[in-house]
Amino acid sequence: MQKQHMQMRINGEPCEFWVEPNTLLMNLLRNEMELTGTKYGCGTGQCGGCTVLVNGEPVLSCLTLALAVDGADILTIEGVAAPDGTLDPIQEAFLDTAAIQCGYCTPGMVLMAKALLNKNPSPSEDQIREHIKGNLCRCTGYHRIVQAIKSCGE
Amino acid sequence: MTTTEYIKPGDLSDLHHLMEEYKGRATVVAGGTNLIPEMRNGEKAPELLIDISDMAALSFIRENNGSIAIGAATTIAEMAASPVLLDNSPILASAAKQLGNPLTRNRATLGGNLANASPCADTAPPLLALDASVEILSPGGKTRQVSLSKFFHGYKFTDLAKGEILTGITFPKPNDSTKGSHTKIGLRNAASICVASIAVALDMEGKTCRKARVAAGSVAPIPMRAYRVEKLLEGKEINAALLEECMAVVKEEISPISDIRGSLEYRSYVTAMILKRNIKRALKQEI
Repeated sequence: MQKQHMQMRINGEPCEFWVEPNTLLMNLLRNEMELTGTKYGCGTGQCGGCTVLVNGEPVLSCLTLALAVDGADILTIEGVAAPDGTLDPIQEAFLDTAAIQCGYCTPGMVLMAKALLNKNPSPSEDQIREHIKGNLCRCTGYHRIVQAIKSCGE
Repeated sequence: MTTTEYIKPGDLSDLHHLMEEYKGRATVVAGGTNLIPEMRNGEKAPELLIDISDMAALSFIRENNGSIAIGAATTIAEMAASPVLLDNSPILASAAKQLGNPLTRNRATLGGNLANASPCADTAPPLLALDASVEILSPGGKTRQVSLSKFFHGYKFTDLAKGEILTGITFPKPNDSTKGSHTKIGLRNAASICVASIAVALDMEGKTCRKARVAAGSVAPIPMRAYRVEKLLEGKEINAALLEECMAVVKEEISPISDIRGSLEYRSYVTAMILKRNIKRALKQEI
Protein backbone atom coordinates (compact mmCIF):
# COMPACT_ATOMS: atom_id res chain seq x y z
CA MET A 1 0.00 0.00 0.00
CA GLN A 2 1.48 3.28 -1.14
CA LYS A 3 1.50 6.18 1.29
CA GLN A 4 0.38 9.53 -0.05
CA HIS A 5 1.27 13.02 1.03
CA MET A 6 -1.37 15.34 2.43
CA GLN A 7 -1.68 18.47 4.47
CA MET A 8 -4.31 19.92 6.77
CA ARG A 9 -4.69 22.66 9.30
CA ILE A 10 -5.56 20.99 12.56
CA ASN A 11 -6.79 23.40 15.23
CA GLY A 12 -5.05 26.19 13.35
CA GLU A 13 -1.69 24.41 13.02
CA PRO A 14 -0.48 23.48 9.54
CA CYS A 15 0.31 19.73 9.51
CA GLU A 16 1.73 17.38 6.89
CA PHE A 17 1.39 13.63 6.75
CA TRP A 18 2.20 10.59 4.69
CA VAL A 19 -0.87 8.42 4.99
CA GLU A 20 -2.09 5.12 3.65
CA PRO A 21 -5.15 5.41 1.39
CA ASN A 22 -7.39 3.65 3.90
CA THR A 23 -6.40 5.78 6.89
CA LEU A 24 -9.46 7.30 8.49
CA LEU A 25 -9.43 10.89 9.64
CA MET A 26 -10.32 9.70 13.14
CA ASN A 27 -7.29 7.39 13.36
CA LEU A 28 -4.97 10.06 12.01
CA LEU A 29 -6.17 12.50 14.67
CA ARG A 30 -6.06 9.98 17.51
CA ASN A 31 -2.96 7.96 16.63
CA GLU A 32 -0.68 10.40 14.79
CA MET A 33 -1.70 13.64 16.47
CA GLU A 34 -2.66 12.08 19.82
CA LEU A 35 -5.81 14.19 19.79
CA THR A 36 -7.81 11.59 21.67
CA GLY A 37 -10.69 13.92 22.46
CA THR A 38 -12.18 12.66 19.21
CA LYS A 39 -13.92 9.45 20.32
CA TYR A 40 -14.37 6.15 18.54
CA GLY A 41 -17.88 4.94 19.24
CA CYS A 42 -19.70 2.83 16.69
CA GLY A 43 -17.67 3.12 13.49
CA THR A 44 -20.87 3.05 11.45
CA GLY A 45 -22.11 6.63 11.60
CA GLN A 46 -24.73 6.17 14.25
CA CYS A 47 -23.27 7.72 17.40
CA GLY A 48 -21.49 10.99 16.56
CA GLY A 49 -18.67 10.38 19.06
CA CYS A 50 -16.05 11.03 16.37
CA THR A 51 -17.51 14.39 15.28
CA VAL A 52 -15.00 16.98 14.09
CA LEU A 53 -15.49 20.16 12.06
CA VAL A 54 -14.11 20.08 8.52
CA ASN A 55 -14.08 23.59 7.08
CA GLY A 56 -16.66 24.48 9.71
CA GLU A 57 -19.09 21.64 8.90
CA PRO A 58 -19.51 18.75 11.33
CA VAL A 59 -18.58 15.36 9.89
CA LEU A 60 -17.99 11.86 11.20
CA SER A 61 -14.23 11.38 11.27
CA CYS A 62 -14.66 7.58 11.53
CA LEU A 63 -16.35 7.50 8.09
CA THR A 64 -14.06 10.02 6.43
CA LEU A 65 -10.83 9.02 4.74
CA ALA A 66 -7.96 11.30 5.72
CA LEU A 67 -7.02 11.81 2.06
CA ALA A 68 -10.55 12.94 1.30
CA VAL A 69 -10.02 16.06 3.41
CA ASP A 70 -6.56 16.91 2.09
CA GLY A 71 -6.11 20.67 2.41
CA ALA A 72 -9.00 21.13 4.82
CA ASP A 73 -9.26 23.06 8.04
CA ILE A 74 -10.00 20.65 10.89
CA LEU A 75 -11.29 21.62 14.31
CA THR A 76 -11.27 19.01 17.07
CA ILE A 77 -12.37 19.46 20.68
CA GLU A 78 -8.76 20.23 21.61
CA GLY A 79 -8.92 23.37 19.46
CA VAL A 80 -12.13 24.78 20.87
CA ALA A 81 -10.63 26.51 23.92
CA ALA A 82 -8.20 29.41 23.35
CA PRO A 83 -4.49 28.49 23.28
CA ASP A 84 -4.07 30.00 26.78
CA GLY A 85 -6.67 27.60 28.10
CA THR A 86 -9.58 30.03 28.28
CA LEU A 87 -12.69 27.98 27.64
CA ASP A 88 -15.04 28.72 24.79
CA PRO A 89 -18.43 30.13 25.90
CA ILE A 90 -19.98 26.82 24.78
CA GLN A 91 -17.67 24.87 27.09
CA GLU A 92 -18.47 27.29 29.94
CA ALA A 93 -22.16 26.76 29.26
CA PHE A 94 -21.76 22.96 29.38
CA LEU A 95 -20.04 23.31 32.77
CA ASP A 96 -22.52 25.86 34.15
CA THR A 97 -25.47 23.72 33.07
CA ALA A 98 -23.89 20.44 34.23
CA ALA A 99 -24.43 19.10 30.73
CA ILE A 100 -21.74 16.46 31.16
CA GLN A 101 -22.14 13.03 32.71
CA CYS A 102 -19.70 10.37 31.51
CA GLY A 103 -18.28 12.82 28.97
CA TYR A 104 -17.89 10.47 26.02
CA CYS A 105 -20.33 12.35 23.79
CA THR A 106 -19.23 15.78 25.03
CA PRO A 107 -16.56 16.55 22.40
CA GLY A 108 -19.06 15.79 19.64
CA MET A 109 -21.84 17.72 21.32
CA VAL A 110 -19.65 20.80 21.88
CA LEU A 111 -18.49 20.75 18.25
CA MET A 112 -22.06 20.31 17.03
CA ALA A 113 -23.05 23.30 19.18
CA LYS A 114 -20.21 25.33 17.75
CA ALA A 115 -21.20 24.56 14.16
CA LEU A 116 -24.84 25.40 14.88
CA LEU A 117 -24.15 28.66 16.73
CA ASN A 118 -21.76 29.82 14.00
CA LYS A 119 -24.65 29.67 11.53
CA ASN A 120 -27.55 30.45 13.79
CA PRO A 121 -26.63 32.51 16.86
CA SER A 122 -30.04 32.01 18.52
CA PRO A 123 -31.31 28.52 17.74
CA SER A 124 -34.68 27.36 19.07
CA GLU A 125 -34.93 24.21 21.17
CA ASP A 126 -36.37 22.34 18.16
CA GLN A 127 -33.50 23.48 15.96
CA ILE A 128 -30.98 22.35 18.57
CA ARG A 129 -32.62 18.93 18.95
CA GLU A 130 -32.78 18.53 15.18
CA HIS A 131 -29.11 19.49 14.89
CA ILE A 132 -27.82 16.98 17.49
CA LYS A 133 -29.90 14.07 16.17
CA GLY A 134 -26.75 12.26 15.04
CA ASN A 135 -25.03 12.49 18.43
CA LEU A 136 -25.97 9.93 21.03
CA CYS A 137 -25.64 10.54 24.75
CA ARG A 138 -26.03 7.14 26.41
CA CYS A 139 -26.29 8.78 29.82
CA THR A 140 -29.37 10.36 28.14
CA GLY A 141 -28.40 13.77 29.42
CA TYR A 142 -29.98 15.48 26.44
CA HIS A 143 -32.04 17.91 28.47
CA ARG A 144 -29.01 19.63 30.00
CA ILE A 145 -27.10 19.54 26.72
CA VAL A 146 -29.97 21.29 24.94
CA GLN A 147 -30.21 23.80 27.81
CA ALA A 148 -26.48 24.50 27.61
CA ILE A 149 -26.59 25.15 23.87
CA LYS A 150 -29.70 27.27 24.24
CA SER A 151 -28.08 29.39 26.97
CA CYS A 152 -25.28 30.31 24.53
CA GLY A 153 -27.79 31.76 22.14
CA GLU A 154 -29.48 34.02 24.57
CA MET B 1 -9.68 -2.37 5.73
CA THR B 2 -7.59 -2.98 2.65
CA THR B 3 -7.07 -0.57 -0.20
CA THR B 4 -4.12 -0.30 -2.47
CA GLU B 5 -4.63 2.97 -4.23
CA TYR B 6 -6.52 6.20 -3.90
CA ILE B 7 -6.97 8.81 -6.61
CA LYS B 8 -8.79 12.12 -6.79
CA PRO B 9 -9.56 13.01 -10.40
CA GLY B 10 -9.18 16.67 -11.27
CA ASP B 11 -11.92 16.97 -13.87
CA LEU B 12 -14.41 14.91 -15.88
CA SER B 13 -11.84 14.03 -18.52
CA ASP B 14 -9.50 12.67 -15.80
CA LEU B 15 -12.43 10.80 -14.36
CA HIS B 16 -13.44 8.87 -17.46
CA HIS B 17 -9.82 8.12 -18.33
CA LEU B 18 -9.32 6.67 -14.85
CA MET B 19 -12.54 4.70 -15.04
CA GLU B 20 -11.41 3.28 -18.35
CA GLU B 21 -7.89 2.52 -17.19
CA TYR B 22 -9.02 0.78 -14.00
CA LYS B 23 -12.22 -0.71 -15.40
CA GLY B 24 -13.59 -3.26 -13.01
CA ARG B 25 -10.95 -2.59 -10.36
CA ALA B 26 -12.07 0.88 -9.35
CA THR B 27 -14.66 1.71 -6.74
CA VAL B 28 -16.03 5.22 -6.81
CA VAL B 29 -16.31 6.89 -3.43
CA ALA B 30 -17.77 10.25 -2.48
CA GLY B 31 -19.00 10.70 1.10
CA GLY B 32 -18.04 7.15 2.05
CA THR B 33 -20.93 6.81 4.49
CA ASN B 34 -21.99 3.51 2.90
CA LEU B 35 -18.62 2.31 1.69
CA ILE B 36 -16.43 2.80 4.77
CA PRO B 37 -18.60 0.63 7.08
CA GLU B 38 -18.72 -2.02 4.32
CA MET B 39 -14.93 -1.91 4.00
CA ARG B 40 -14.50 -2.05 7.74
CA ASN B 41 -16.61 -5.17 8.18
CA GLY B 42 -14.97 -6.85 5.21
CA GLU B 43 -17.94 -6.83 2.82
CA LYS B 44 -15.92 -4.81 0.33
CA ALA B 45 -12.20 -4.61 -0.32
CA PRO B 46 -11.74 -2.24 -3.25
CA GLU B 47 -8.35 -2.28 -4.96
CA LEU B 48 -8.62 1.32 -6.04
CA LEU B 49 -10.71 4.19 -4.74
CA ILE B 50 -11.62 7.03 -7.06
CA ASP B 51 -12.76 9.86 -4.81
CA ILE B 52 -15.10 12.31 -6.55
CA SER B 53 -16.10 14.21 -3.40
CA ASP B 54 -13.94 17.23 -4.28
CA MET B 55 -15.00 17.50 -7.93
CA ALA B 56 -16.64 20.89 -8.45
CA ALA B 57 -17.92 19.67 -11.84
CA LEU B 58 -20.11 17.11 -10.06
CA SER B 59 -21.35 19.30 -7.23
CA PHE B 60 -24.23 21.56 -8.29
CA ILE B 61 -27.98 22.08 -8.20
CA ARG B 62 -29.10 23.96 -11.31
CA GLU B 63 -32.35 25.04 -12.84
CA ASN B 64 -32.36 25.81 -16.53
CA ASN B 65 -34.65 25.47 -19.53
CA GLY B 66 -37.44 23.96 -17.49
CA SER B 67 -35.33 21.24 -15.99
CA ILE B 68 -33.46 20.72 -12.77
CA ALA B 69 -30.05 19.07 -12.65
CA ILE B 70 -28.16 17.83 -9.60
CA GLY B 71 -24.54 16.66 -9.65
CA ALA B 72 -23.64 13.27 -8.20
CA ALA B 73 -21.23 14.70 -5.63
CA THR B 74 -23.81 17.13 -4.26
CA THR B 75 -24.24 16.38 -0.58
CA ILE B 76 -27.59 15.45 0.91
CA ALA B 77 -27.26 18.46 3.26
CA GLU B 78 -26.92 20.77 0.25
CA MET B 79 -30.04 19.22 -1.29
CA ALA B 80 -32.05 19.57 1.93
CA ALA B 81 -31.21 23.28 2.11
CA SER B 82 -31.41 24.09 -1.60
CA PRO B 83 -33.85 26.92 -2.45
CA VAL B 84 -34.19 25.45 -5.97
CA LEU B 85 -35.35 22.11 -4.59
CA LEU B 86 -37.45 23.57 -1.78
CA ASP B 87 -39.30 25.69 -4.37
CA ASN B 88 -39.63 23.22 -7.21
CA SER B 89 -39.49 19.75 -5.70
CA PRO B 90 -40.22 19.89 -1.97
CA ILE B 91 -40.74 16.10 -1.96
CA LEU B 92 -37.06 15.66 -2.83
CA ALA B 93 -35.92 18.24 -0.27
CA SER B 94 -38.12 16.48 2.31
CA ALA B 95 -36.50 13.11 1.60
CA ALA B 96 -33.01 14.65 1.78
CA LYS B 97 -33.83 16.25 5.11
CA GLN B 98 -34.85 12.86 6.54
CA LEU B 99 -31.82 10.89 5.33
CA GLY B 100 -29.52 9.74 8.13
CA ASN B 101 -28.54 12.52 10.52
CA PRO B 102 -26.96 15.97 10.08
CA LEU B 103 -23.45 14.48 10.22
CA THR B 104 -24.02 11.83 7.56
CA ARG B 105 -25.91 14.34 5.40
CA ASN B 106 -22.82 16.57 5.33
CA ARG B 107 -20.80 13.83 3.59
CA ALA B 108 -23.34 11.51 1.92
CA THR B 109 -24.09 12.39 -1.69
CA LEU B 110 -26.93 12.01 -4.15
CA GLY B 111 -24.79 9.85 -6.43
CA GLY B 112 -23.89 7.51 -3.60
CA ASN B 113 -27.46 7.18 -2.43
CA LEU B 114 -28.59 6.12 -5.93
CA ALA B 115 -25.58 4.10 -7.11
CA ASN B 116 -25.62 2.06 -3.89
CA ALA B 117 -29.04 0.88 -5.14
CA SER B 118 -30.48 -0.02 -1.79
CA PRO B 119 -34.27 -0.47 -1.77
CA CYS B 120 -34.34 2.02 1.10
CA ALA B 121 -32.41 4.78 -0.73
CA ASP B 122 -34.20 7.84 0.60
CA THR B 123 -33.81 10.07 -2.46
CA ALA B 124 -35.07 7.45 -4.93
CA PRO B 125 -38.86 7.51 -4.44
CA PRO B 126 -39.21 11.29 -4.85
CA LEU B 127 -36.88 11.23 -7.86
CA LEU B 128 -38.93 8.40 -9.41
CA ALA B 129 -42.08 10.46 -8.83
CA LEU B 130 -40.37 13.43 -10.49
CA ASP B 131 -39.58 11.36 -13.63
CA ALA B 132 -35.85 11.81 -13.09
CA SER B 133 -33.20 10.51 -15.46
CA VAL B 134 -29.73 9.42 -14.47
CA GLU B 135 -26.72 10.90 -16.28
CA ILE B 136 -23.98 8.37 -16.88
CA LEU B 137 -20.40 8.94 -18.04
CA SER B 138 -19.08 6.00 -20.04
CA PRO B 139 -15.51 5.01 -20.88
CA GLY B 140 -14.22 7.15 -23.73
CA GLY B 141 -16.06 10.17 -22.42
CA LYS B 142 -19.43 9.38 -23.94
CA THR B 143 -22.47 10.20 -21.89
CA ARG B 144 -25.82 8.51 -21.76
CA GLN B 145 -29.08 9.00 -19.96
CA VAL B 146 -31.33 6.38 -18.48
CA SER B 147 -34.65 6.86 -16.80
CA LEU B 148 -34.32 6.30 -13.05
CA SER B 149 -37.23 3.86 -13.32
CA LYS B 150 -34.96 1.67 -15.50
CA PHE B 151 -31.73 2.35 -13.56
CA PHE B 152 -32.35 -0.06 -10.69
CA HIS B 153 -32.12 -3.65 -11.92
CA GLY B 154 -32.22 -5.47 -8.61
CA TYR B 155 -31.06 -5.39 -5.01
CA LYS B 156 -27.84 -3.29 -5.04
CA PHE B 157 -27.63 -3.82 -8.80
CA THR B 158 -27.91 -1.01 -11.34
CA ASP B 159 -27.70 -0.24 -15.04
CA LEU B 160 -24.08 0.96 -14.61
CA ALA B 161 -21.68 -1.14 -16.68
CA LYS B 162 -18.06 -1.64 -15.67
CA GLY B 163 -16.15 1.60 -16.09
CA GLU B 164 -19.31 3.73 -16.04
CA ILE B 165 -20.08 6.32 -13.42
CA LEU B 166 -23.23 8.11 -12.37
CA THR B 167 -22.55 11.84 -12.75
CA GLY B 168 -25.92 13.29 -11.82
CA ILE B 169 -29.64 13.38 -12.35
CA THR B 170 -32.05 15.64 -14.19
CA PHE B 171 -35.78 15.98 -13.99
CA PRO B 172 -38.32 18.26 -15.64
CA LYS B 173 -39.35 21.16 -13.46
CA PRO B 174 -42.83 20.23 -12.21
CA ASN B 175 -45.56 22.52 -13.56
CA ASP B 176 -47.76 24.59 -11.27
CA SER B 177 -50.62 22.10 -11.43
CA THR B 178 -48.46 19.25 -10.12
CA LYS B 179 -48.98 18.52 -6.45
CA GLY B 180 -46.56 16.39 -4.47
CA SER B 181 -46.26 14.71 -1.12
CA HIS B 182 -43.73 12.39 0.53
CA THR B 183 -43.65 10.29 3.68
CA LYS B 184 -40.89 8.15 5.13
CA ILE B 185 -41.73 5.71 7.88
CA GLY B 186 -38.83 4.84 10.15
CA LEU B 187 -38.55 3.26 13.57
CA ARG B 188 -37.65 6.58 15.17
CA ASN B 189 -37.27 10.22 14.15
CA ALA B 190 -33.49 10.51 14.19
CA ALA B 191 -31.12 8.69 11.87
CA SER B 192 -33.69 6.14 10.85
CA ILE B 193 -33.48 3.65 8.02
CA CYS B 194 -36.60 3.65 5.92
CA VAL B 195 -39.19 0.94 6.69
CA ALA B 196 -41.52 2.12 3.96
CA SER B 197 -41.86 5.33 2.00
CA ILE B 198 -44.14 6.83 -0.59
CA ALA B 199 -43.70 9.79 -2.90
CA VAL B 200 -46.49 11.05 -5.14
CA ALA B 201 -46.61 13.74 -7.83
CA LEU B 202 -50.06 14.37 -9.24
CA ASP B 203 -50.73 16.71 -12.16
CA MET B 204 -54.27 17.91 -11.53
CA GLU B 205 -56.86 19.55 -13.73
CA GLY B 206 -59.50 20.59 -11.26
CA LYS B 207 -60.44 17.42 -9.43
CA THR B 208 -59.24 15.17 -12.22
CA CYS B 209 -55.79 13.64 -12.20
CA ARG B 210 -54.09 14.23 -15.55
CA LYS B 211 -50.87 12.43 -14.77
CA ALA B 212 -49.85 10.45 -11.72
CA ARG B 213 -46.45 9.36 -10.52
CA VAL B 214 -46.36 7.14 -7.47
CA ALA B 215 -43.15 5.62 -6.08
CA ALA B 216 -42.39 3.47 -3.07
CA GLY B 217 -39.24 2.64 -1.12
CA SER B 218 -38.22 -0.33 1.06
CA VAL B 219 -41.09 -2.52 -0.14
CA ALA B 220 -39.45 -4.34 -3.08
CA PRO B 221 -35.90 -5.32 -4.08
CA ILE B 222 -35.57 -1.87 -5.68
CA PRO B 223 -37.10 1.57 -5.19
CA MET B 224 -40.14 1.17 -7.43
CA ARG B 225 -42.82 2.96 -9.37
CA ALA B 226 -46.36 1.80 -8.62
CA TYR B 227 -47.45 1.75 -12.26
CA ARG B 228 -50.83 0.18 -11.65
CA VAL B 229 -51.72 2.78 -9.04
CA GLU B 230 -50.64 5.52 -11.45
CA LYS B 231 -52.86 4.09 -14.18
CA LEU B 232 -55.75 3.81 -11.80
CA LEU B 233 -55.48 7.49 -10.85
CA GLU B 234 -54.92 8.96 -14.31
CA GLY B 235 -57.93 10.48 -16.05
CA LYS B 236 -60.13 10.06 -13.02
CA GLU B 237 -61.64 12.23 -10.37
CA ILE B 238 -59.98 11.35 -7.09
CA ASN B 239 -62.55 10.38 -4.48
CA ALA B 240 -62.73 8.13 -1.44
CA ALA B 241 -63.69 5.05 -3.45
CA LEU B 242 -60.75 5.49 -5.81
CA LEU B 243 -58.38 5.87 -2.85
CA GLU B 244 -59.63 2.58 -1.40
CA GLU B 245 -58.97 0.95 -4.75
CA CYS B 246 -55.44 2.45 -4.86
CA MET B 247 -54.74 1.03 -1.41
CA ALA B 248 -55.77 -2.45 -2.52
CA VAL B 249 -53.75 -2.24 -5.74
CA VAL B 250 -50.56 -0.93 -4.14
CA LYS B 251 -50.58 -3.89 -1.77
CA GLU B 252 -50.60 -6.20 -4.79
CA GLU B 253 -47.91 -4.23 -6.58
CA ILE B 254 -45.30 -4.16 -3.84
CA SER B 255 -43.33 -7.19 -2.69
CA PRO B 256 -42.07 -6.40 0.80
CA ILE B 257 -40.10 -8.76 3.01
CA SER B 258 -39.96 -9.16 6.77
CA ASP B 259 -36.72 -8.03 8.39
CA ILE B 260 -35.45 -6.54 11.63
CA ARG B 261 -37.19 -3.26 10.89
CA GLY B 262 -40.65 -4.51 10.08
CA SER B 263 -42.77 -7.42 9.00
CA LEU B 264 -44.13 -8.01 5.53
CA GLU B 265 -47.64 -7.47 6.90
CA TYR B 266 -46.76 -4.18 8.55
CA ARG B 267 -44.99 -2.87 5.46
CA SER B 268 -47.96 -3.79 3.30
CA TYR B 269 -50.43 -2.12 5.68
CA VAL B 270 -48.41 1.03 6.23
CA THR B 271 -47.57 1.49 2.54
CA ALA B 272 -51.26 1.50 1.63
CA MET B 273 -51.97 3.88 4.49
CA ILE B 274 -49.25 6.40 3.60
CA LEU B 275 -50.24 6.17 -0.06
CA LYS B 276 -53.74 7.30 0.85
CA ARG B 277 -52.47 10.03 3.18
CA ASN B 278 -50.00 11.34 0.62
CA ILE B 279 -52.58 11.58 -2.14
CA LYS B 280 -54.87 13.44 0.25
CA ARG B 281 -52.07 15.66 1.46
CA ALA B 282 -50.95 16.42 -2.10
CA LEU B 283 -54.46 17.54 -2.97
CA LYS B 284 -54.83 19.27 0.40
CA GLN B 285 -58.45 18.26 0.59
CA GLU B 286 -60.65 16.08 2.67
CA ILE B 287 -61.82 13.07 0.75
